[in-house]
Amino acid sequence: MTIPTIVGAGLIVIGAGLGIGRIGGSAMEAIARQPEAAGKIQTAMLIAAALIEGIGFAALFAA
Amino acid sequence: MEKLIHDFSVGLFIWQSVIFIVLIFLLKKFAWKPILSSVEDREEGIRTALDEAKAAKEEMAKLKSANEDLLKEARAEREAMLTEAREIKEKIVTEASTTAKDEAAKITAAAHESIKGEKEKAMVEIKNQVAAMSIEVASLILKENLSSDANQKALAEKYVNDLNLN
Amino acid sequence: MEVVILQRFLNTNYCLFVMQNKLVGKLLLALMFVFTMGATANTHSEPAGLDEDARTKAEIKEGIDHHLIDSYEFTITHGVSMPLPVILIDNGVHIFSSSEFHHGESIVEKGGNYYTISHGKIYKTDAAGTITYAEPNSKGDVYVSNEKPLDLSITKNVFMIILMALFMFFIFKGVSSSYNNQLPTGAGRFLEPLVVFVRDEIARPNIGEKYYKNYMSYLLTVFFFIWFLNLTGMMPFGINVTGNITITFSLALITFLITNVTAKKDYWGHIFWMPGVPKPMRIVLAPIELLGVFIKPFALMIRLYANMSAGHIVLMSLVGLIFVFKSWLATGPVLGLTLALSVLELLVAALQAYIFTMLTALYFGMAVEEHGDH
Repeated sequence: MTIPTIVGAGLIVIGAGLGIGRIGGSAMEAIARQPEAAGKIQTAMLIAAALIEGIGFAALFAA
Repeated sequence: MEKLIHDFSVGLFIWQSVIFIVLIFLLKKFAWKPILSSVEDREEGIRTALDEAKAAKEEMAKLKSANEDLLKEARAEREAMLTEAREIKEKIVTEASTTAKDEAAKITAAAHESIKGEKEKAMVEIKNQVAAMSIEVASLILKENLSSDANQKALAEKYVNDLNLN
Repeated sequence: MEVVILQRFLNTNYCLFVMQNKLVGKLLLALMFVFTMGATANTHSEPAGLDEDARTKAEIKEGIDHHLIDSYEFTITHGVSMPLPVILIDNGVHIFSSSEFHHGESIVEKGGNYYTISHGKIYKTDAAGTITYAEPNSKGDVYVSNEKPLDLSITKNVFMIILMALFMFFIFKGVSSSYNNQLPTGAGRFLEPLVVFVRDEIARPNIGEKYYKNYMSYLLTVFFFIWFLNLTGMMPFGINVTGNITITFSLALITFLITNVTAKKDYWGHIFWMPGVPKPMRIVLAPIELLGVFIKPFALMIRLYANMSAGHIVLMSLVGLIFVFKSWLATGPVLGLTLALSVLELLVAALQAYIFTMLTALYFGMAVEEHGDH
């Protein structure tokens, strides 16, 4: 484990965290605006978050 | 990544895959199919029951409206019948009164006629009787008056006087 | 600051642990801010006890690693363990009890071959038990290069899988036969709503009314299998099945195979010749889409593995903090934090099972989707 690897891993986590955070925040806003569509928004949110998470993990393990 | 590949165990993979696939098929046969079919049956039952209730409700509403129609019709019929009856009554009354008036008029007329006839008859009778009586009386008087010559003479004179006056 | 701490951690360990600590370190970096802060404070306050400190930390690391990896015996508590059968296929089948290894200290001779356990795996060795190591790779990680026999042993994880399969079979068979007048009784009252949840919230919206029934058995099995194993991971005895890359690989591989075997023409059409896009773009998109076919199950595998291992690492590291601090003052807050995180892990256990099943259903849905309007 070298310092660049750790820094890279940190960057990946920061990037993925920001991405998932944005998705979560937007989903919250959307649910607040349209509570009746909460189920659909939640599903879409999970899928989008899962995709980012997948990329994040892939990068983390490649690092 | 290399660590993950290093962690990979062929034996565990074989066991996991075999056990898991067998588990899927066993559960499919013994658990998921019966459970899901039970759930579906129940849902179907609930749906049918709800549909039936809805249909019954509709049927009720239909029946109710039909009843109301019937009632309205009956009421209208009754109304019509009443009106007709009233009309008939009036007609009968009118007719009866007309007939009665006519009859009465006729009877009155007949009565008048007969009274008139009777009266005339009576008058004739009375006249005849009066005449007869007059003659009788006259004859009696005459008989009386003329029983003496003097009377006869006086009378005659009187008549003669009366005649003269005329 | 974390970098320094981690570097120091890693230097104190055996070279093989270095590569195992790589993932641990990254996850710690992402998830263990509290831990590293605590460790930082500790090293600053007690510079004199560095050596002893480092040894404690190494022991904790070893304990965590030992907990996370598969083993040939079922450890109930320290020193009390149940040996499990070892099955090796190497010029014939060798079946013997793992107690013959004496917790990895002895070399076992079967059919003229010598076997030894090194870091949770059986390797072929010689009468002296020599372990050879390969050259360090570009990152400085070192692996054992001894030959491995085909190892079909009933390890702790296999044992747990068999137990779980039996448990699931009997409990769900019980539920299916507990129906009385179309209503479940007993455990079915709790489990039936979950079955209905998988059907109505996962399968139906993602796969569609037309095909969802074909996939129900797999989705239900995988949902309950992952969830129950995640929950058993929270029990004592250190059972970490879903946090094992082999298990998640197997599950993701089955999802991958089902997706691609049952895929309709439209699915392949969308991968190789994306409709509604200019022709040059289609050529560019085809390899990306094709890569996506493999990345999707790969992400499934990594997600479940990383979430479950990370949960175990965090919890055990927190418990380990008690020994690092060596102070009763720290014990209370650490136990409180452990309890809170355990509750969070219970949520994660259900959430990961849900996400795995949901994404699996989503991939199935993509495979059978019909694009009539294109």
